[in-house]
Amino acid sequence: MRKVAAEEVIRALKELSQNANYNLGEDVITALRKGAETEESPLGKEILNQILENSGIAESEKMPLCQDTGLAAIFVELGQDVSVSGGDFEEAVQEGIRQGYGKGFLRKSMVEDPLRRKNTGDNTPGVISIRIVAGDKIKITILPKGGGSENMSAIKMLKPSDGENGVKDFIVETIRIAGGNPCPPIIVGVGIGGSFDKCAYLAKKSLLREVGSVHPDPYYASMETELFKRVNDLGIGPQGLGGRTTALAVHIETHPCHIASLPVAVNTQCHSARHKEILI
Amino acid sequence: MESIRLTPPLSDEDAAKLYSGQKVIISGYIYTARDAAHKKMVDLIEKGEELPFDPTGQIIYFVGPTPAKPGQVIGSAGPTTSGRMNKYSPVMLKAGLKGMIGKGEMGSDVAAALNEYKGIYFVATGGAAALIAKKITEAEVVAYEELGPEAIRRLKVEEFPAIVAQDCHGGNLFKEGVEKYQR
Repeated sequence: MRKVAAEEVIRALKELSQNANYNLGEDVITALRKGAETEESPLGKEILNQILENSGIAESEKMPLCQDTGLAAIFVELGQDVSVSGGDFEEAVQEGIRQGYGKGFLRKSMVEDPLRRKNTGDNTPGVISIRIVAGDKIKITILPKGGGSENMSAIKMLKPSDGENGVKDFIVETIRIAGGNPCPPIIVGVGIGGSFDKCAYLAKKSLLREVGSVHPDPYYASMETELFKRVNDLGIGPQGLGGRTTALAVHIETHPCHIASLPVAVNTQCHSARHKEILI
Repeated sequence: MESIRLTPPLSDEDAAKLYSGQKVIISGYIYTARDAAHKKMVDLIEKGEELPFDPTGQIIYFVGPTPAKPGQVIGSAGPTTSGRMNKYSPVMLKAGLKGMIGKGEMGSDVAAALNEYKGIYFVATGGAAALIAKKITEAEVVAYEELGPEAIRRLKVEEFPAIVAQDCHGGNLFKEGVEKYQR
């Protein structure tokens, strides 16, 4: 059994929270550049160039890309041959978030109760999803999720008879309703199948996929291409002010489901599509 | 397209000259407020009490900035989603406010209030928060310090870029822009 000190987990999260909030991934930058080149709306083009300029300033000055430095969504793949010593694993993750958001001058956006709404003051707790996997490593990914884009997400329990068209129409309609609110250009994260809760998890997890990558299943690869076109044909454009660049990508994740069910979830992600990972 | 220069306080005449889709550059003082501060201010108005600042002719920027690092005036400071203020902005416009800066479309009650009280809703680029921070040269907490990022701040801005999204004539760039580019 390999031992990993809780202290190492704290250090990892402290570093990841800051890195993710200052540095936009190269895949997103490439997609934004492509959008800025092809955008037909002059105002939309200008907005895309501002977003690119912003990412340059954030990186060089270690400033948050966006003032909404997000809820810390944490994905963990915990090797079954690892033992965490010197502290509770989940508490170490929370402590790392606390230190990262504090030392990194990131915004504290969590309230301790959804209705009584007192700020916790340190951006904890993050929302942690843990999977136990083979091996003796720990893979930790942070996705700081902004509230503006999260709020435009939707979930629906469709009937199996609604089929592929029902799923596609629900996804496109969700993005149409979202309009400029989730800070387009967005990444459309989709979960299909599983259960009510599982498909929402899949939609969020799909946001970790590299922008520009092709789905390994040709059936879903072609559905992603079709949805990408339909979403961009909505004309929402950068910031919802009209244009041809509404989405940078559509990512679909699926899971087997019950004979009676067809759950679909759409998790909208703003252009500040930040995530960073580490392997311990 | 030439940008229009604005310095608050703004008059009814200033507002009437602006149309959706126009670019503006704002310099001078503006105020920040988002959900929690708006709730407090609207409560004060309903009770007939005085606001922490005189809103007459002023602009409110919907923003909750990140903390300033040592040596910085303010942290990253991009606009937040304006729709959450749909309930409050008509009350603020009635109280004399002239403009709001945010992101995303505002509701029909706000559109009606923009028309009735001659107000303007501007948008800034959501997520361009480090870039926008460069346009802010002073920041001072005016009220509700306990709200942290949601406190009311008075900002001095220089050449703050924004776009007229919804005007007092019924113009709405969210509708006009999308109609132009949808297929």
